[in-house]
Formats: sequence, structure tokens, C-alpha cells
Amino acid sequence: MIRTPLRPLARILPARENGENPQAIERENIRQRHEEMQIRARARAEGRLLVMAVAFLCAFAVVGGRMALMATSEPVEPLANATGTAIAAQRADIVDREGRILATNFETHSLYAQPPQMIDPVAAAKGLAKIFPDLDEKRLLEDFTGKRKFLWIRRKISPEQKQAVHDLGDPGLLFGPREMRLYPNGKLAAHVLGGASFGKEGVSAAEVIGVAGVEKQFDAYLRDPANGADPLQLSLDLTIQAATERVLAGGMKLMNAKGATSVLMDVHTGEVISVVSLPSFDPNDRPHAPVEGDPSDSPLFNRSVQGVYELGSTFKIFTAAQAVDLGLVNSDTIIDIRGPLRWGKFRIKDYKNYGNELSVTKIIVKSSNIGTARLAQQIGTKRQKQFLAALGMFDPTPFEIFEAAAGQPLLPKNWSELSTMTISYGHGLSTSPMHLAAGYATIANGGHYVSPTILKQDGPQYGPRVLSDSAAAAARVMLRKVVTEGTASFGEVPGYAVGGKTGSADKPKPRGGYYKDRLISTFATMFPAHDPKYVLIVTLDEPSIYSMGETRRTAGWTAVPIAAELIGRVAPLLGLRPEVEPGQLAGITLTSN
Amino acid sequence: MRSLLYVLTALSVFGLAFWAYRENYATQQVLSDTQRLQRDIGAAQVRLSVLRAEWAYLNRPDRLAELADINFSRLGLLPLRPDQFGRVDEVSFPQPEEILLPITNAVDVSTMEEQQP
Repeated sequence: MIRTPLRPLARILPARENGENPQAIERENIRQRHEEMQIRARARAEGRLLVMAVAFLCAFAVVGGRMALMATSEPVEPLANATGTAIAAQRADIVDREGRILATNFETHSLYAQPPQMIDPVAAAKGLAKIFPDLDEKRLLEDFTGKRKFLWIRRKISPEQKQAVHDLGDPGLLFGPREMRLYPNGKLAAHVLGGASFGKEGVSAAEVIGVAGVEKQFDAYLRDPANGADPLQLSLDLTIQAATERVLAGGMKLMNAKGATSVLMDVHTGEVISVVSLPSFDPNDRPHAPVEGDPSDSPLFNRSVQGVYELGSTFKIFTAAQAVDLGLVNSDTIIDIRGPLRWGKFRIKDYKNYGNELSVTKIIVKSSNIGTARLAQQIGTKRQKQFLAALGMFDPTPFEIFEAAAGQPLLPKNWSELSTMTISYGHGLSTSPMHLAAGYATIANGGHYVSPTILKQDGPQYGPRVLSDSAAAAARVMLRKVVTEGTASFGEVPGYAVGGKTGSADKPKPRGGYYKDRLISTFATMFPAHDPKYVLIVTLDEPSIYSMGETRRTAGWTAVPIAAELIGRVAPLLGLRPEVEPGQLAGITLTSN
Repeated sequence: MRSLLYVLTALSVFGLAFWAYRENYATQQVLSDTQRLQRDIGAAQVRLSVLRAEWAYLNRPDRLAELADINFSRLGLLPLRPDQFGRVDEVSFPQPEEILLPITNAVDVSTMEEQQP
């Protein structure tokens, strides 16, 4: 570039000669030079802007392109940091208190058909009908040759069946992976486990959902993939549950009962070690819920929590314990039991005449309705209601299976003084055996309410105190005497000091009134009575046995022997060593003079 | 000087490119190894859960009770009853083994004479 001088002599000299100002020429030149500089600077700035624009364009294009790519591509698990074992795609297992499997998963296959891809629908239909005898060949052929593009044939098939279908070799028959719920122990603890079925179904996967029992109650936990590796641990003991089911099923058959239920519960922790309801079902092949008839006739009916019945005289001990707790009586106080006790039109009678007066202990031992009603009169309606509410008799049990919420106790609409008296001996208030177990556990553990639970606990789980320690101890002595000298004499198991109370209540007719010859026989026990560890409730539905020249239905002849057999069978499995009961210390009376 | 710098820069670019190329392939190799391992772990877990289910099925109480019944003559298994509890002091103390004196100065004897007629 040629640099123009600011004061070129060739122009300055003639300008001086002409008398012009040479400064003007210089300024003119400076101006021109600035103009050129400006043009150059602008061009450079424009160039830089262009570069910047291209750079930004590229950057935005890259970001946008990546976003589009991510939006359209299939999601893939990052390979480098996948943890592998922590997340399992399976539903969590259910195990018993020792970690033995109660419910697990099994890989299997489903079978579906895509008729448009079929080569020989006739042969396929014939082959399928041969493999699955319950399929209708004609119907299949109609489906295969009709307009349908897709149909399910089987939800679950065994590996052998899969191979057989594979051997048919039709490309229109396809398999999808399925995860099915398996209960390896069959009928064992069926009512607790409930069952599972498929929810939303796709070709490549299906959702497994719980339909009853703990499977439904803890569905969210079991389905959470993060919990795949840690199973749900129940308080049940597989061995004891199996032994209980066996003994109870035998007893139910022997006593010609329609149904039976038992609840075995740890009195300190509230853990339910075994809970049986018979008749039972196989959760692997859960029957359909009945649509008509009495729901309690269905094997799905869980008598232990849904079977809400008046449990009869087993309630008497609550009245006696409360009366002792309130200081109204002690176990030797004499109560007038002359009967019948009239209340308006209603008459309270005893099973037979026990004389004119009995001590409180004897009232429980002989199971006197009149005596218990007299105690309830002393206690009063308000205090009785408070006490039973504290024992959890007014609400469904907090037992964690889905059906437990349906076990709402039936209370009298109008809790009159007459209701107070009848409820004191177990009539007029209907509860489930699980309620009764919780109530007896309160007496057994020294007066604390414990809520029955199906989950394994560590250590005692005492709730609020309901009874004083001494009242609970007095009640336990009474219960022990029921077995040694009262209505439950068949309940004695050497070495285990069984204490308990029988109860036989007439079954209500569906249209009101009571059946004369249909009973609910209950035996509520705790063992060993001097230091109870477990509570066992046995309830039989409509038992009857011909013995000693007449038909017997009462609990003393039906539920009690079964409970005794159960304790003899189960207590060793619980690790309880038979021991000699500590005797009553001889009372030393101080005399002077 | 400047050309040396250019040459060095170019060489380092070559070097880095080669390193990146190698790392890329090494990473892909490791990823595919991981994937294979995870597939193996998954398959092993499935197999394990099947085996566990089978174990639980074979050990179900019904079957064990049946087996105990079938093999009663051989094993004599019965349910546990309360009278089977024992106490340590009911177990007799094991008898001390008889201590035999070591044989020393053995004398050879023969019964040949008696056997002869």
C-alpha cells in the first residue's frame, strides 16, 4: 500500500504560492486516511462477527442435533456404571422368620398367536388342541382363519409345553417371557400370602400384582425394583405353620366342623407365628371369589380375621380382669349368682345351676353368666367400653393382610346396660379370633396392649398399659384354674401349664335369631400360664361329636382337645421345654397371742 | 525455530490422535466385557432363583412329612414331642477307656503240641 504523505511538497508549494492555507491540505489528507482506517476496521469487525456467528451456529447445531438424537433413540442403560445386582427387575420374595421361601418368582413363557403369519392354521389348531387338551380345536381354527391379528392362547406354559409348541414349527405361534409368582409350599399359609395375578400385559412382559393377603397389602414394597434383593420377612414360622395346619385339619375332621381357625401369637412382640383358616386353597391356583351364597363358605374366607362372630364366654376373663384392676373385687370376693337374672323382658341364665354364690375365680372356672353380668353391673357401661376399646375390640385389627380391614367388629347400636351385661360374657359383641388373641396377649404379657403383626419384630413391642400387672396376674391364675378344675379339663398338657377359657356361642341366623344346634366353639389359651410366652386361639365352626352317649358341641368337648393337641405338638417346636409349674406358696398367717 | 515448533506440534497431534484411537477401542472392549458379564450375572441370578424355588419346593413340609412316612421303617422319624426334651445331667458320663499296659518282654508260646494227636 502506498502511503500518502500528509504534506506532499508537490501540493504545498503551489498552495503557498497561491496564498492558500497548506494546513487545509494536511487536514484533508488526515481525513482521507481516517476514512480508510475506518473502512478497514469495519471490514475486520464484520469478519469477526461472521466467525462468531458461524461458531455459535455450529455449537447450537451440535446441541440441537444431540437433543434430537437422544429424543429419537431407544433408552439404553448406561453400561459403564450399571450396578447390576442392586436393582432386580423381579418382585421381591416373601420369606418366613427363618428365611425360608414362602413366595418367589419363576421364569416361564406365555403363548400367543399372530394368525396373519401362520402358514398352516389347520395343523396349528390341531397340534395345539393335542398339547392343551382343554383348548377347543374348532374355536382355535375360527380364530386363526378369521380377521384377528393377535390372540393370547396361554398365559403360562411349562417348558415341556413350550418345546411341544415349538416342535409344531408354525411361525405364527410366538412366545413371550413371563414372570410368574410361585408358592412352593402349596396350600401352606394360603390366607396370609393371598395370591398374585397379572396386571397390564404386553407381549414381552407382564405386571405381576398381588390380589390378596400380604401380596396385596405390601404390593408397593414388593414391586419396588430397589427391594428386589431384600425379601419381605414375615413373622410366620414355616414348620410351625405346617404342623398347626396338619393338627387343625385333623381336628376339624374329627369334630365334624365346617371350618376351623387358629391363631398363635407371641405375647410380647405381637408376632403371629402361625395363623390358619380352614378350609384352605392353593394360592398358585387361586379360586375365583364366589358371587352368590354365604361368603364364609368359600375357602377364600379368612376366618381368623374376617370371621366376626360372638366368641362367647372367652370374654368373661376381660370382665373379671377389669373388675380386679379397678379394685372392685379380688379373686376371692363372693358374688351372688342366684338366677335367673331379670333385666326387663330379658333373663340371663347359667348353663346349669351353680348354687347361690361363687367367688370371682369360681365364676370364671364354672363360666357363670350371671356372676359375670353382676361384675359388669359394678364396672358400668362407660368403663367397660373404654376398656374394650383399649383392647382394640372396636376397630379392625391392625394385622397387615389385606382382608384384616374387613374384620370390623359388630357392636350393639345402642349400648344399654343390658348390652353391658351380655357383652361381659361375650354376647352382643362380635369380633374375630385375631381380636381375641390380642386381648388375651394383653393379659398374658402383664397388661400391655400389643398389636398383632405379620412382620418379624425385634424385641417386645408393648403398647399402652391397659391393665395393672397384678390384675393381669390374677386373671392368669383364674385361667389356669379353668384348665385344672373347670370347663377346659381336656386342655391340660403336661409340662406346659396351659391356662385358658372356653367359649361356645350360638351362631346367628342370617335373618336374625340364633340357631339352636350350630355353635362357634372357641378355646383361648396362653402357655405356660405362670410366665406366658404364647397365646393360642382355636375356633371351630359348627363342631359336633358324639361322645359319652350324647352329641357334644361345646368348646370343652371340641375346641379344647384340639388346642391341647396343638400345644403338645407346637410348643416343642417353639423351643419351649416342658417344665414343672411353680407351686403356690403356702400362705403363712401371722398369728399372735 | 518456528518450523521445529510446527513439526513438534504436528507430531504431538499424531500422538494424541493415536492415543485417543486406542483408548476408544479399549473402552469399547471394556464396555462389551461389562455387558457380557452383566448378562452372565443376570443369567446366573435367574438360575439361582430357579434353584432356590426348586429347593423350597422339594423341602415343602408336605413332601417331607410324606417322605418321613414312607421311610419310617428305615429312619423311624416322628414328630417332636415334649417328652423328648432331655437335660444334660441325664446323659451318662462317658466311661474312660481302659488303659492297657504296653506289652513288654513277650514270650513266644506255641500250641502245636496240643493240636497234635
